Amino acid sequence: MNDTPEKNGLAARLLAGQPAALARAISIIEGEGEAVTRLLKSIQPNLGRAVVVGFTGPPGAGKSTLVNAFIAEMRGRGKTVAVAAVDPSSPITGGAVLGDRIRMAEHTMDSGVYIRSLASRGHLGGLSASAARVADLMDAAGYDVVVLETVGAGQSEVEMAEMADVRIVISAPGLGDDVQAIKAGILEIADILVVNKDDLPLANRTVRQLQSMLALRAPSDWKVPVLSTNAVERTGLPELADAIESKAALRTIKGARAALSSRTRRLLAQTAAKHVEDLILRDQNPTAEAIITALQQADIDLRTATSKILKHMHESLPDE
Amino acid sequence: MTEVLNMPARVLVTKIGLDGHDRGSRIIAAYLRDAGMEVIYTNPWQKIDAVVALAMEEDVDVIGISSLATDHLLVPKLMKALAEAELGHVRVVVGGIVPDEDEADLLAAGVSEVFHPGAMREEIVSSVEGFAAEATNARPQD
Ligand code: B12
Ligand SMILES: Nc1nc2c(ncn2[C@@H]2O[C@H](COP(=O)(O)OP(=O)(O)OP(=O)(O)O)[C@@H](O)[C@H]2O)c(=O)[nH]1
Ligand SMILES: [Mg+2]
Repeated sequence: MNDTPEKNGLAARLLAGQPAALARAISIIEGEGEAVTRLLKSIQPNLGRAVVVGFTGPPGAGKSTLVNAFIAEMRGRGKTVAVAAVDPSSPITGGAVLGDRIRMAEHTMDSGVYIRSLASRGHLGGLSASAARVADLMDAAGYDVVVLETVGAGQSEVEMAEMADVRIVISAPGLGDDVQAIKAGILEIADILVVNKDDLPLANRTVRQLQSMLALRAPSDWKVPVLSTNAVERTGLPELADAIESKAALRTIKGARAALSSRTRRLLAQTAAKHVEDLILRDQNPTAEAIITALQQADIDLRTATSKILKHMHESLPDE
Repeated sequence: MTEVLNMPARVLVTKIGLDGHDRGSRIIAAYLRDAGMEVIYTNPWQKIDAVVALAMEEDVDVIGISSLATDHLLVPKLMKALAEAELGHVRVVVGGIVPDEDEADLLAAGVSEVFHPGAMREEIVSSVEGFAAEATNARPQD
């Protein structure tokens, strides 16, 4: 197999920045198989140029609206922008209505902006299983800024942390337990905290709550700012873009490599876990049945059963 | 490793022209979602260029246009624009209020099927699924 992209092949057109090729490549990358590997191989030399910015926060906080305003701000600064916006798939039918880009409609005809709607397809963690690869494709296609919008996130979606150079956690006043909704893990990953909808009452209170939570944290090189925005009226956007650019300027090759390596590890772990799950759920083999029965009748504990089933699977796994 | 991939069909559900009747398009978006498809839904009043750009960026298999106030007459223009953008493999269906004589014109312009008020969920879903499969096969090879 030849690794140099064929002259008019998909990878070459992608690297030349053709949006239709990027669109096609994203669909391919969401699948599996040899075409994916080939595509990823051919973009390797062109990675690491874009700044990847993640936007996460509870449902309805205004992520998509803020991304829309952010695109406009960055276009004003002469940057091209690609967006991957993830919405949840139905756990029952697998279907999805992908609505994030409705808020970004004004950029549809701008050739310096590419927007792609992704469905989470059962992946937990706020993004889709292929989101990191989609970001890589956008990077390789030459966009200056790559934005990842997660699904409306709860408290544990820290996956974005390993994918983004700059992590933005958005909150809004009046979402009930506003600060509560973003406390635990998700607050810890933030490089920038945004209180959106600052036109609403109690926005100042939310800002103060976040600031006091931050004050409790160990000091570090980067001081996490708490910014206020109104994504509809587009106030606070220059400050947000400045903060993002400052944080991005601190990127190091070493940091980027470490993040890439941990995200590759996570991808492998998640894929392996899914594989194991499918195998166990499908396994009709007597050994598996015996382990399940033993567990069910409390003859062995869960931990032992886990070791046994993994060992059994290992033995029955075909070599690839 | 060869695994049969069952990628969900991707469908753009949208409206062109000045018609704001969006009940039908919302219902269709829900039907297709509940049948396991990935639906990119937009507000009404899209320009032809925007529909082409959306179909390209989202790499959809099928475009569904809902038209209740004569905007189906713009669909032949859309078909032409899609072909020019090398999106000839994308299948287009139209639903809403379309007189019989216009339906023949739409089909002649390359529209795959026209649905009328009262069209049933099952027929819509199975047609769109079929057209998505056709689009996949008709894609230019990379
Ligand atoms: C409800 C309605 C309204 C509501 C719209 C609410 C909304 N947000 O959608 C309101 C009151 C706002 C309204 C306003 C107007 N309306 Co009106 N309205 C209707 C009415 C009574 C029902 C439409 C409807 O919602 N049906 C229910 C949905 C579910 O059915 P459907 O859209 O047909 O969808 C089904 C199929 O057609 C198909 N389908 C539809 N789209 C698609 C898409 C795809 C991809 C697929 C696969 C299938 C598919 O599947 C669906 C399920 O079976 C129709 C009359 C009628 N019986 O159709 C008039 C009608 C559409 N309205 C009409 C008019 C003239 C108007 C106004 C201009 C009136 C005025 N003078 O102010 C305004 C214009 C509004 C605008 N901005 O465009 C005319 C249009 C005449 C024409 N075609 O030339 C109609 C036909 C009434 C008439 N007989 O004169 N209207
Ligand atoms: N008052 C006010 N409303 C806003 C602001 N930003 C967004 N909104 C509104 O909040 C609602 C939700 O906005 P979205 O941008 O869709 O929120 P989201 O976080 O992307 O939502 P999900 O993707 O569904 O999780 C919309 O009605 C917006 O118009 C703001 O600054 N002020
Ligand atoms: Mg959103």
